[in-house]
Amino acid sequence: MQPSELAPEHFATYPPLARQVAVDNLEILRQLPMGFVPLLLGEVIAYDSKFPAERQEVDAQFAFMKAQRPERRREVMARFDRLTLSRDLAEVDWVKNPTEFSERLSAHLWTTSQVADFRTAAVEFLNTVRSAIPPPPPAMPRVSIVVLGQGVTKSSYPLFRKLRARGTYFSRVDPAGGLRIVLRRMSARAEQHPVPFGHWYIDGGSPNAVPPGLQTLAYRQLDPIRDAVVSKLRGLLMAGAGTEARRSALMQMRPEDLGLKGEGDERVLNYFKVTLLSEGSGVQFFSTTFVQWAAREVLRRAQPVTLLARFAPRVTERSMNASLMGSRTTSDLDAEGALVDADMGAYYTWLNQMRLTGADRSSFLIWFEDHAEALVVAPSVASGVESTQAIDLNQLLDRVGA
Amino acid sequence: MEDLGKVAAAVSRSRREFLREATGACLGTALLGSRLRAQPGTRPRKAVVVTFGGGARDDETFMPEGRQNIPNLVGELLPRGTFFTRVVNRGILGHYVANASLATGAYETLNNFIASPPEHPTVFEYFRKELKRPASDAWVIAPSIGFERIGESQHAAYGPGLGANVVLPKRLLASAVPAGAQADYQALLHDNYESPLYRPEAGSTDLELERLTGVLKVSVSDFLANARNLESPDELSVFLARRVMQQFAPSLLWITLHDIDIAHAGTFSLYVDAIRRTDRLCAEIWKLIQSSPEYAGRTSLFVLPDFGRDSDETPGGNGFQHHRTGDARSRTTWMLAMGPDIRENVVIDRPIDSMDLVPTLGSYFGFSPQFAQGKPVGELF
Repeated sequence: MQPSELAPEHFATYPPLARQVAVDNLEILRQLPMGFVPLLLGEVIAYDSKFPAERQEVDAQFAFMKAQRPERRREVMARFDRLTLSRDLAEVDWVKNPTEFSERLSAHLWTTSQVADFRTAAVEFLNTVRSAIPPPPPAMPRVSIVVLGQGVTKSSYPLFRKLRARGTYFSRVDPAGGLRIVLRRMSARAEQHPVPFGHWYIDGGSPNAVPPGLQTLAYRQLDPIRDAVVSKLRGLLMAGAGTEARRSALMQMRPEDLGLKGEGDERVLNYFKVTLLSEGSGVQFFSTTFVQWAAREVLRRAQPVTLLARFAPRVTERSMNASLMGSRTTSDLDAEGALVDADMGAYYTWLNQMRLTGADRSSFLIWFEDHAEALVVAPSVASGVESTQAIDLNQLLDRVGA
Repeated sequence: MEDLGKVAAAVSRSRREFLREATGACLGTALLGSRLRAQPGTRPRKAVVVTFGGGARDDETFMPEGRQNIPNLVGELLPRGTFFTRVVNRGILGHYVANASLATGAYETLNNFIASPPEHPTVFEYFRKELKRPASDAWVIAPSIGFERIGESQHAAYGPGLGANVVLPKRLLASAVPAGAQADYQALLHDNYESPLYRPEAGSTDLELERLTGVLKVSVSDFLANARNLESPDELSVFLARRVMQQFAPSLLWITLHDIDIAHAGTFSLYVDAIRRTDRLCAEIWKLIQSSPEYAGRTSLFVLPDFGRDSDETPGGNGFQHHRTGDARSRTTWMLAMGPDIRENVVIDRPIDSMDLVPTLGSYFGFSPQFAQGKPVGELF
């Protein structure tokens, strides 16, 4: 089927909001090239389970398209239109299953050396849309805090190397009550400035308490979902499913398959948890990977104004292998390795925060838990310097405006 | 591809500056004469190709902050060889398809996750057919089951009976491990980091055990005892490469290391550990060559990653974890060549293509890889 043949009934199986978006924009969808429409429908079909910021992005794409004259639309879509697609791609039921189309398209683009062209087309299109309809600025300056090193008593690893030139390194932080202070301050910030899905706490272990006002994702609390994902993977392998088939099956996992129920915000959160664990690589086994990936996905998708990411010791590679064999173990932990993972994870978290609107006003704090080292990257502090003044967590949080 | 060219050039510059500082290497030019033509060896040449496993980025290797991870490459090997700072892979960035492409000298388009033979003739087939070499003279040590067909193409003019022997260490181990003891060897049986739950099947146990005991002359008990002391699958590969070298002394040996691909698990520390291990294993392989009467003085070693990994700056990726974006960082790598015919302590800055390896081996051995897409690297010999 070609995009020009799209009709309202084709979207009958879409969730309610998604169906409405598709039908409302049917005329536009009919005029877009085959190399683009299924990808846009991939966003539309998930509309009901998307965060507000993601919905705004989908809405912006349609609003932009609607506002253009037909020749300008064709011009914007020209790079997608020039992609050479194989005939079997058009045979995929890309309205009902845009994910399958997307996977096949990806394989086709790699095979035919069109990946770079596609990437250019996508980046140019999104930049054009953002330039015409700028994403809204954050409700308040963003703050991200990374707490790392839990369980490490002593380390010679040179922390924060990738970010030192960008901020102030504090070497005399009073760690007393540090985590409690951070949680209390983040919670207070969330309660004072309620923003839907705007304040998050990600923990690589099991937090003692769930701080009010923060959307909390804790590695251990997600064990049932992780187990279900790993169990499904193992079952697919036993059945002889290939890599692509396994990936497709995992991408189709729904919260309902795992007994997770809820509507509205709860539904959105449940979908997010499932995609986090079914689409991420390594998150099923390593808590450090989970925290880094979850922080990345929260920033990319929910675009929060507050993020607290706390890393915890992860299992060793040997324990991961034991997990593959079907036995979970938590006793064989590598806190020092987790510190190294987390240090890189902190850098990636900063990079991801800087990709969002309001980057020039956003602040970032990394603290070596229970130790005296921290780094602040913020408009309010100098870059590439070390501060030897005694400071506590409350004062550090003041510096980042949290 | 303009972006690719610019970034590749910048990456190349950073490598060259780092190398000059680290080793005092000089910049080579194509005007220097060919040692290969001027000084033909008296004994038949041999070559060992090592892929610096599973995609490693400059950031963790040849950039200043990565230097600590490759002390053997920088301190021991680079001063003895010619280093190419800019090797560009323009193909599909999956490990099997990329390694198959390296081995054919032509960008293959096969499914990365299915063990299918390459479309174009492999270097092993050119080598054996044109030089009339026996099967025992070309071997591949491959990291995962998906690589089992890499030794022989489906090309009509070559193909069956002309390829290399392919050793799959994990399959051998899976066959040798007694029932119920697999957990003890699980760290070595982990087959494919892009699909963490994939484990090698033993295949035909009798056949595999025959390869182990009958062909490689390793008793099952010795094999298991050695395996138990090994840290990683790549160490198992080098252990078996050593056996192949001792047993058959093949003139063309291809070792694909793969531990670095643990990066897909997202754990930076394990990724860096694997780079350090690979660096050490490369030095061990070189020492093995130098200490073996069959290899010393007539063997060239080629070390190159199959490709890189995604840049930290590319929003569509997740940095070191994957190689999915096809950005310039993930396509731009390096190659080190060492041996009696190869100039020492030289850095070559002009861009070469990953597909140039097979034609270069053709020049070295004296065969014509007519279906390869690359060109011989003139500055090397």
